Amino acid sequence: MSVVIVGAGPAGTRAAEVLVGAGVRPIVIDEAPDNGGRIYQRQPAGFRRGARTLYGFEAAKAQAIHDIFDRLRPSIDFRPRTLAWNLRPGLIDTISDGKAGAIPVAQTILCTGAMDRVIPLPGWTLPGVFTLGGSQIALKAQGCAIGARVAFLGTGPLLYLVAYQYARAGAQIVCVLDTTPFTTKAAQAFALMRGGATFAKGLYYIAWLRAHGITIAEGVTSLAIEGDGQVEKLSWRDARGLRHEVAADAVAVGFGLKPEAQLADLAGVPFDFDPVQHNWVPRKDSNGQTSVEGVFLAGDGSGIQGADLAEAAGARAAWAVLAARGLTVDARAVARLDATLAAGSNFRAALERAFPFPATLAADMADDTILCRCEAITAGELRAAANEALATLPPSEVNRAKALSRVGMGRCQGRVCGAAAAEVLAASLSCPVEQVGRLRGQPPVKPIPILPAEAA
Amino acid sequence: MSTTATDVLIVGGGGVGCSTALHLARRGARCILLERGQVGGQASGVNYGGVRQQGRHPAELPLARRSREIWTKLPELIGTACEFEVTGHLKLARNKAEEADLIAYLDVAKSNELPLIMIGSNAIHQQYPWLGPDVVAGSFAPDDGAANPRLLSPALARAGRDAGADIREFTPVSSLAHDGTDFIVKSGAHEFRARFLVNTAGYWGGDVAKAFGEPVPVSPLSPNMLVTEPLPYFIAPNLGVVGGDVYLRQIRRGNVIFGGGRGHSDPDIPSSRPSPEASYAVMAKALQLVPQLAGIQVIRSWTGIDGEMPDDIPVIGPSRTTPGLFHAFGFSGHGFQLGPAIGAIMSELVLDGHTDVPLEPFRIERFAGHELFNHGGQRHEASHHA
Amino acid sequence: MRLQRVAEMDRPAVSFMLDGAPADACVGDTLLTAILAQDGYLRASEFGDGLRAGFCLMGACQDCWVIIEGGGRVRACTTPIEDGMRVSRGRPQP
Repeated sequence: MSVVIVGAGPAGTRAAEVLVGAGVRPIVIDEAPDNGGRIYQRQPAGFRRGARTLYGFEAAKAQAIHDIFDRLRPSIDFRPRTLAWNLRPGLIDTISDGKAGAIPVAQTILCTGAMDRVIPLPGWTLPGVFTLGGSQIALKAQGCAIGARVAFLGTGPLLYLVAYQYARAGAQIVCVLDTTPFTTKAAQAFALMRGGATFAKGLYYIAWLRAHGITIAEGVTSLAIEGDGQVEKLSWRDARGLRHEVAADAVAVGFGLKPEAQLADLAGVPFDFDPVQHNWVPRKDSNGQTSVEGVFLAGDGSGIQGADLAEAAGARAAWAVLAARGLTVDARAVARLDATLAAGSNFRAALERAFPFPATLAADMADDTILCRCEAITAGELRAAANEALATLPPSEVNRAKALSRVGMGRCQGRVCGAAAAEVLAASLSCPVEQVGRLRGQPPVKPIPILPAEAA
Repeated sequence: MSTTATDVLIVGGGGVGCSTALHLARRGARCILLERGQVGGQASGVNYGGVRQQGRHPAELPLARRSREIWTKLPELIGTACEFEVTGHLKLARNKAEEADLIAYLDVAKSNELPLIMIGSNAIHQQYPWLGPDVVAGSFAPDDGAANPRLLSPALARAGRDAGADIREFTPVSSLAHDGTDFIVKSGAHEFRARFLVNTAGYWGGDVAKAFGEPVPVSPLSPNMLVTEPLPYFIAPNLGVVGGDVYLRQIRRGNVIFGGGRGHSDPDIPSSRPSPEASYAVMAKALQLVPQLAGIQVIRSWTGIDGEMPDDIPVIGPSRTTPGLFHAFGFSGHGFQLGPAIGAIMSELVLDGHTDVPLEPFRIERFAGHELFNHGGQRHEASHHA
Repeated sequence: MRLQRVAEMDRPAVSFMLDGAPADACVGDTLLTAILAQDGYLRASEFGDGLRAGFCLMGACQDCWVIIEGGGRVRACTTPIEDGMRVSRGRPQP
């Protein structure tokens, strides 16, 4: 019976490497045409930029992940352009090129990665607003900037990295707006310094941007995007409360990352609210093993840890799989991986504290701001459901709130709005956000067509 | 152990239980509804949403008629229509045998004063040009429609609460007993006492019945449901088929809700999950009815746990073992439309000792001494599904 | 808005049809890039709040679905452009 790795990014690639090294031939599934995940996404055939241009300081790591996978290809069963839409005991349901499939599985390592964490702002659904991650993909994988005058806003290390990458590529940046005040970041400086190279790179990006005259403002509030059918301008208040306005034709926005853990959810893995990440994360032990037999987790898909730790986690989970299959485990390799993972966790925690999720920005969003973009439901409509304005029992948690307001009922099934919806609901109910729970997942994890070919 | 005494205890907060609480409270009876999770969390919230009289077992038609009148008055009664719309119910035949089945039901409908219009092959494709070529006929019930099942139980419960009922969510029942005077129902460290107990616990109504010495053969039924992305609105009627293996409707916002077949469940946890095989199978059937759905994206599937009786009609009526105990469970996949009326009927049984609707076919006695019900009677197990 | 090509600009051209009108793109473009490099939207929201042009570019947000003639619905950000593709975005709402 097979080992299936879902996701061929840094975690999935290293997991495959360990398994192949032990003589196992894993099935590796990814929705993309090739490995690399998002951070090391390969550019399409015919594109010519080198690794240094695409991945900057991470060029060597990206190249390594690509090279390893290329070497592994004959020894794995790689199924690109394949969506795993459901995970049941012993079976993964897939759609690939419009055809249905079902893969029997003994152990699965879910390396499903992350997406940007989003807080709805006025005007965020306008054409021209993209996530930070999406803006990076436009540049890295398509050679495009999202616009001619791009504003960057949100918080987190990705904010500065993508702005830097855009500026280096010759795009025009109108401003970089960080909701986190300088003092919050400064307070984490000692803890962050333990991150060595990562911390240094972060400082470098910020310094470079400033040196090139790009406006950086920290501790910003009252963000609003405006325009008639597209982005035209952006307004905000700086740390002193002064209002600013700037013309822009594109906005790149993001507030950190959040795990894409829908398959773990469907598998029945329990979730816990992680107060540092300010996110629900699936429960796994330090090996990557979960309480569900045969289900292992690694990488950002089970808790944001960054690409380097994702590589270690992928390898570590693969060793756990080998142990579960009764195969020999390299104790020294495992010990090294455990040490890497342990050492990295403090830095990750400091990074989260340095760029905290601005929960109040979500909780305080105006009634007329669209909260659920799939269904065009405003924050006010969710609040009405919570505040007993509807003729029903009020919701005490997000699933009934969803049933009453339709927030989270759209194509993305709450992937984009879920975190902000929880903040709005919790604020309405005056309770901590973890108390309102999380949206219950149901298959398919992404839309599937009526009717896939060869559906049994 | 803390104790709360009341007049009536209701176990199970689906549509029937919440309606019971509402009707009791409106008549001034003190009642407490105990629901393990959230009201409408199982069958009442996960079903297709059909508000349908057509196709029912004849014994259910008087109940359905009474309920249909309540559906019209819901805004007055509970402050919301729960998105009820009289879309009409179009029950389709995909071959000659199915067409004969539709025709056979016309007499049943007529004797129950249920308006039905038979539509032949040419007319049906003219009237509904989006129907697939396999459709040969249809029976249209202009008085039927659909509503949003996620809203009904919370709305009934809210109205019940406002009328004075005590609605207790997240209150699982750990034991039920009778001490000669009162029913004693325990939940954790809390004890509830009342002279009357109404069993509206859905699939688990069988456990409640068993606790009072009258076990019945109820099985879990998990309707496999799917919903699509929104598309331009073009399917006005609520669609069903002879045999009930697919049911499909489009809401005004554009999503198409459809279902058929069974998901999987473990009622002891309780947990349930939809079935990919059932989902693919019902997608094929949906395409047979509405070919234009090809390529449209399904964005979610779900199921829950309903209770199915071997003769496909519920258990409704007084206990045969314990005075003061009344049952209303096992609605076998078609209880949603009935919920509002059953609650009214239960309140009448409790407060008046009788009701105006014939309940004899639903008596719990019909299972006394039988492990499995003998199907020798009516052949309605297929045609009275959605 | 328009996506701005800043790199990889000398790729072979691809022709496709966008809402019945001829359009050009480059080999390797996703459908999203092909459309947004020359026009500022991918679809209109079903619920009257205006035009949309995708959001996450990684197949997560489901905001970029378009119609391909003979190919049904596809997610523009994860679908490569092909020569001769006939793409429809539906009519934008007022």
